[in-house]
Amino acid sequence: MSTDSHSNSAKSDLTPIVRLSAVNKHYGQLHVLQNINLEVTKGEVVVVLGPSGSGKSTLCRTINRLETIDSGTIEIDGKMLPEEGKMLAKLRADVGMVFQSFNLFAHKTILENVTLGPIKAKGMKKSEADKLALTLLERVGVANQKDKLPAQLSGGQQQRVAIARALAMRPKVMLFDEPTSALDPEMINEVLDTMVGLAKEGMTMIVVTHEMGFARKAADRVIFMADGLIVEESTPDQFFTNPQSARAKDFLGKLITN
Amino acid sequence: MQGYLSLWDEYGGQMMSAFWGNLQLTFWAAIGSLVLGTILALMRISPVPSFRAFGTSYVNIFRNTPLTIIMTFGVLVLFGVFKVQFSSDFNLNFFQIAIVGLTIYHSAFVCEAIRSGVNTVPLGQAEAARAIGLSFLPAARMIILPQAFRGAIAPLGNVLIALIKNTTVAVAGSVAEISGLMKTMLEFRADVGILIFLTIAVFFVIVVIPVGLLTTYLSKKLAVAR
Repeated sequence: MSTDSHSNSAKSDLTPIVRLSAVNKHYGQLHVLQNINLEVTKGEVVVVLGPSGSGKSTLCRTINRLETIDSGTIEIDGKMLPEEGKMLAKLRADVGMVFQSFNLFAHKTILENVTLGPIKAKGMKKSEADKLALTLLERVGVANQKDKLPAQLSGGQQQRVAIARALAMRPKVMLFDEPTSALDPEMINEVLDTMVGLAKEGMTMIVVTHEMGFARKAADRVIFMADGLIVEESTPDQFFTNPQSARAKDFLGKLITN
Repeated sequence: MQGYLSLWDEYGGQMMSAFWGNLQLTFWAAIGSLVLGTILALMRISPVPSFRAFGTSYVNIFRNTPLTIIMTFGVLVLFGVFKVQFSSDFNLNFFQIAIVGLTIYHSAFVCEAIRSGVNTVPLGQAEAARAIGLSFLPAARMIILPQAFRGAIAPLGNVLIALIKNTTVAVAGSVAEISGLMKTMLEFRADVGILIFLTIAVFFVIVVIPVGLLTTYLSKKLAVAR
């Protein structure tokens, strides 16, 4: 139940890809992130669980500075997250992000959505970017939709394109902010399958989700947050079968387990 | 009727060339204020506080200043006192001062129209642009503004309509345009006074109605599907 005993990751011999130390953030009176310490090593899949309003989405969004923090430090691959400007943009290019509401560029085709980042942020040639994008779209199973606009695709397809768009930047780590929460039930699995595939290939991932099945199947580590604190941190097995904190027991007890 | 026809004999050519002046003022001021207004809108949504403050001040000052005063200022102060001259040709100089005055005034409204368009673009679009490593200007140019313009067509059309009619204020800047000619005609042809008013009104209606129809059509046709 204490807040600052989580940095003893099993793989601490490797340089962490993401390191948060003593991160604090307030929304007015609400202390939404309280002294957060977190290290994620290369290839690790960390699933962040917790009730609504626990600060898990905010945590995810601070890692590429879509949310600013009040105090503490965030490092990506050993580099401090810059405050603004070109350096920040450059670092963000190394951090893939998948949003709850997909956020595909509404006026651009599926293919353009995926190639925009590599061409404009990384200076890749168009022909090269097209090739890369098609490979990625193939991999997430929507290559046949490449000339359509996002609004013409189903939610599940849009989210898979969003994953391809993030992958096209060849990120060091991927952040997933409740990627299936806006999807119809029958589309959740197609997105989760894509994510499980990524995890198996060794992508470093931080996943905020309510999908316990995904946590069980793909997570190396589960982090349980409540009221702005990291309350518990353990392996998925340990967490689901033998949660330590009362808060986690209460949370798991309210779920219809699958 | 005879009287009205003779008005056309007497002033027809002048009316046409004077109204052509209004259309030219509209054309150049529309381009000018679209460019300046876009820059101002960028300033108002930029992450730099001093740019935002400048954009806000500009809009508040020029949106709230009567156009007649801006025009008179251009001629009496810029030209009269400070001898600012855009062209060595006397009439062309006043014409260009009028374009500058119209641009300065309407760019404040264009800025606000574009900003209303920016509000139609969900915040997630900007976040996604930032997340793939685009900084403010590329994100604005490639993601935000293209969608914002498409959401701002109707309000931009309103600004254009206002601009077309506001070119008549250029008479305060000594430009030969239709409302100046109207005064002259009223003076010499008081017998057809009401018809002169109506004629000038029809000139504007003929130009403005298609603009309104076109912008309504385009705002539907180009709307971004979400």
